Amino acid sequence: MNPVLLIDFGSTYTKVTAVDTDEAKLLGTASSYTTVQTDINNGLNSAIAKLEMMTGHIEYRERYAASSAAGGLRMLASGLVPELTAEAAKCASLGAGAKVLKTYAFELNEDDANEIRKIDPDIFLLVGGTDGGNSKCILHNAKVLAEIGGDFPIVIAGNRNAVRECERILAGREVHICENVMPKFGVLNIAPAQQVIREVFLKKIVRAKGLTEASELISGIMMPTPSAVMAAMKLLAEGTEKQSGIGELIAVDVGGATTDIYSVSDGMPDDPRTMMKGLPEPYIKRTVEGDIGMRYSIRGIVDSAGIKTIAELAGLTVERTEELIERFAEHTDLLPDSDETKALDEALACMAVRIAVTRHAGRIEETYNMCGTAYVQTGKNLMNIDRIVITGGSLIHTEHTEHIASFALYDEKDPTSLKPKKASVLVDRKYIIAAMGLLSEHYPEAAFTIMKEELVNNVIAK
Amino acid sequence: MEKKTLVIGVIGADVHAVGNQILYHAFTDAGFNVINLGVMVSQEEFISAAIETNADAILVSSLYGQGELDCRGMREKCDEAGLDNILLYVGGNIVIGKQPFEEVEQRFKAMGFDRSFPPGTPPEVDIECLKEDLHIQ
Repeated sequence: MNPVLLIDFGSTYTKVTAVDTDEAKLLGTASSYTTVQTDINNGLNSAIAKLEMMTGHIEYRERYAASSAAGGLRMLASGLVPELTAEAAKCASLGAGAKVLKTYAFELNEDDANEIRKIDPDIFLLVGGTDGGNSKCILHNAKVLAEIGGDFPIVIAGNRNAVRECERILAGREVHICENVMPKFGVLNIAPAQQVIREVFLKKIVRAKGLTEASELISGIMMPTPSAVMAAMKLLAEGTEKQSGIGELIAVDVGGATTDIYSVSDGMPDDPRTMMKGLPEPYIKRTVEGDIGMRYSIRGIVDSAGIKTIAELAGLTVERTEELIERFAEHTDLLPDSDETKALDEALACMAVRIAVTRHAGRIEETYNMCGTAYVQTGKNLMNIDRIVITGGSLIHTEHTEHIASFALYDEKDPTSLKPKKASVLVDRKYIIAAMGLLSEHYPEAAFTIMKEELVNNVIAK
Repeated sequence: MEKKTLVIGVIGADVHAVGNQILYHAFTDAGFNVINLGVMVSQEEFISAAIETNADAILVSSLYGQGELDCRGMREKCDEAGLDNILLYVGGNIVIGKQPFEEVEQRFKAMGFDRSFPPGTPPEVDIECLKEDLHIQ
């Protein structure tokens, strides 16, 4: 037996998962309130105590942790053109598991500078220009950052002909230089920046967020929780050396404040004659909808879906729906306790899934010209994906997860959105995905087997 | 000397891809750094690409007769985007019907295009013009 403990320091809960890697078995899971402000060990110890009530005392050989505590990895990014390097910067940060508070395009102005000073991010990602391309913008932005002061680390991943000059402008600051996120026009190269972001996260952020007290107990791999989820989804899709994966998939995580969507897929068009437009999409893509969440961002769901649609879906009157939403927005810790609130929560979740997956998925447009019909695709084609993984507290405990997940599917009323045509749903009932992502770094076979056991065996055929 | 950067593509809903490929190879062989946006390119895409790559010229192709409509306002958008005095070329079957090319050229000049090229122009001609306008020895 080789018992390993996986810890996820969340913003409200610390979750622990115990596994035996020799047998590739889940031993147990438990959670407790996170207390990062005081001592992170309190939350951890009480979660472990809860776990040991089920499993009995275990001497763990290894302990690994992920964290989204204290606001997660808070990042800001700046690029040049919004759809090009600024988008690449956002993409790189999200893929590194960050919470991207804002992405700036073109030259930063005084108001931006004040805002950046106020936000005081954990990391700033400075990019702009292809290699040999525009350098004016990134140099200007480096100057603005130098004037802002503060001590947040700056990762520079822009035009290679300008990065050393940026470094000089930012002399005295912690600066990390890496390859351009867009070395050539239309080429996305986000892995090097992500690697650096992760290293900075490990070195600085973990310490700053009071996780060092706990880190004595931890053998290694601290990573932002979303990175752990991405690692798990990649493993589940691709499999390991000895086991084949389940294939391309999307994962949906509806939270209280944001809704995260992950896709592991190349997203290419079905018809090879379809033309691709826009920035190439990363194979593992993460998008975060900051305005879509079940409590803190409940208003965003209403704004986007419309109160009538939500009321209709919940089977309530518009007035009553307004009333209840008002209450949820005010009391963000409220759990559904009546048939009414359950129905409303479900309707909100359905809409959150639809909005977030629609934003994540690509689109196809039909255009006519003298040569006949032509198709133009932007973003990822997810139509052939037949697995949807459902995780996150708001979804895994509901009764009608399958119904809610069906809102991620292709919708005839929105025919240009390239969402999955039909899919089976895998529900992360025990909330183990982030833990399995952590485990996959050293024990991919065990992590894959456990996920297959816990998720795939919960298949609900549609 | 440093390579000059060109942004090329076929504007509008036009899908004529062959000439675009020929131009790409001809310009690359002539020593230019060529950003080829392919077919069905909008004005905004030309401009965004030119900004990021700090391009020296934008070369617009059009073969389906709608070029004049598609190119309208492009110089103004370049100015707006800060691409001051960027070299703008246009070529192909840029207008409908048989019109005297001098008139066509005048109209495109008024729209802010530095040079226009009639159908059947060999790439060598464009290359000569580029060398002259970009002061390449």
